[in-house]
Amino acid sequence: MEIKTVGVAGTLESSDIQIMVSAGQNGIEIDLESEVAKSYGDQIKKVITDTLKKFGIENAKVKATDKGALDCVIAARTLAAAQRATETTDKPRLEVLQ
Amino acid sequence: MENKVKRNLPDDLITKMNLKPFKSVVVGNPEVKRVAPKVQVTTGESKVVDSLEEVIKKTLKDGMTISFHHHFRNGDFAFNKVMDLIIKMGYQNLTLAPSSLTGVMNDTVIEAIKKGVITNITSSGMRGSLGDFVSHGGLKNPVIFRSHGNRARSIEEGEIKIDVAFLGVPNSDPAGNANGQEGDAVFGSLGYALIDSQYADKVVLLTDNIVDYPNTPASIKQTQVDYVVKVDQIGDADKIGSGATRFTKDPKELKIAQTVNQVITNSPYYKQGFSFQTGSGGAALAVTRYLRESMLKDGITASFALGGITKPTTDLLEEGLVKKIMDVQDFDKGAAASMAKNKNQQEIDASWYADPHNKGAVVNNLDVAILSALQIDTDFNVNVMTGSDGVIRGAIGGHQDAAAAKMTIITAPLVRGRNATVVPAVETVVTPGDSIDVLVTERGIAVNPRRKDLIDAFAKVPELNVVDIKELQEMAQKQVGIPKPLAYTERTVALIQYRDGTIIDTIKQVKD
Repeated sequence: MEIKTVGVAGTLESSDIQIMVSAGQNGIEIDLESEVAKSYGDQIKKVITDTLKKFGIENAKVKATDKGALDCVIAARTLAAAQRATETTDKPRLEVLQ
Repeated sequence: MENKVKRNLPDDLITKMNLKPFKSVVVGNPEVKRVAPKVQVTTGESKVVDSLEEVIKKTLKDGMTISFHHHFRNGDFAFNKVMDLIIKMGYQNLTLAPSSLTGVMNDTVIEAIKKGVITNITSSGMRGSLGDFVSHGGLKNPVIFRSHGNRARSIEEGEIKIDVAFLGVPNSDPAGNANGQEGDAVFGSLGYALIDSQYADKVVLLTDNIVDYPNTPASIKQTQVDYVVKVDQIGDADKIGSGATRFTKDPKELKIAQTVNQVITNSPYYKQGFSFQTGSGGAALAVTRYLRESMLKDGITASFALGGITKPTTDLLEEGLVKKIMDVQDFDKGAAASMAKNKNQQEIDASWYADPHNKGAVVNNLDVAILSALQIDTDFNVNVMTGSDGVIRGAIGGHQDAAAAKMTIITAPLVRGRNATVVPAVETVVTPGDSIDVLVTERGIAVNPRRKDLIDAFAKVPELNVVDIKELQEMAQKQVGIPKPLAYTERTVALIQYRDGTIIDTIKQVKD
């Protein structure tokens, strides 16, 4: 999937995560900010990476600002940001979340 | 060496500091000896001096132990006034032994540590930048955390020897008779400071309000005081405690509070003349509201309420639902104001409140205690000291002490954000599971297996969803996942004492 613009989804409310997806060349590069980074940083990055790959993105820069979101929230926000970045929101790919 | 709550204690420190590992929550009947302060006899009528610097010069030497109280909380001006001068005057190697440390003191304490002015600390707790600083190894010697009851015990038995106590008060007469109830910066009970005024070799009062002799009620007495220092302003009234108490609207907290009330009213302790202690959190305040409704409906009154007091509790006193308040500190303006006008709101010192080595502390007469937790594990051990990142951000307060109640209830949401509250093993053990009886979460109640009587009593109540604590832990884990274990260095940055002075756990320096 081609990234055409910067896609943002999510808020900075507690238990949410804000994901910003933009074009990149070196695989999935994630810049993560999270209060639970020590305990869950690897898991958060894994969910973002898995979701993007399943969606069909192999190269992207991701800025993630986490406020304690659960995995299901992280996947949903990542998918929304990816669809906005690829300008494909007219065709929601909800099966990615399964 | 492993102690009775399965915590590994560093052998070198245990030997070097002559520490004893935690064994049991049972106090027993040991015979203990108390110490007495040195008294410099004075016959002068006035002890008022203008220069704080002069007083420090006369009383303080390198290597001494100094103390403060934290009744002004974040409206405290006394601590920084004194410490700024002590730093400026170049003192070294002091031990800081306040009743607790609040946020306004953090920057000054960090500066004093960096300059070698403070080299040892004992406190009920610490938060914010100071907790972070200590958790990252900023202080060479480990901090000793003590509960309010344990601090009183340690002072009485000479384990903490206070050389100079600097005590801020909203009023004093020229001879040193003072209380916390009148003036611009009132906080009500002086409970924690009363131990310092009784046992410190030198007692220095700081006040912005010198009143006519004799000042009554005299919580601190002229017999104990060496100097009264006049300062411009001793505290910021608006930052001492919250103003009007707002009841929580958080449905999770309300559900927990409602359940706590059902646990209390269906327990064998809920009868005419029962007693209780609640804290100051959102759920605790809501419990007081539900309990009030039940007491009115059932025609039951309480003999006393204990602890840190809030306005909802003093309202119960004025309504006649609670006969007496035993008050070691006041959390809000309403509770502080109530002490001045209600003779049944008795000021108690930290020893009377909670000292385990006593001829009976009030906590021993307590039926029900409602306490909070950062974490609780499947052995019912509670952590109120370190966050889920392993960093110091809490205080023991009266947690270990109030848990001496006949029924101790912990209230906690199952998870906070992505952090589980009910966990396989707490990061730091503060209060041992043997003194905890019931855990109330929004998803169910767990009863300590050693309380068969309570399990039987609650089984008869259809509204109470009693489950195994392991089930609650698994429920939490299913929601948030399994966290990666935190990384620590080998270095011990703090020791957690149990209320009898034994070591229940240690805190290690965090690895970043």
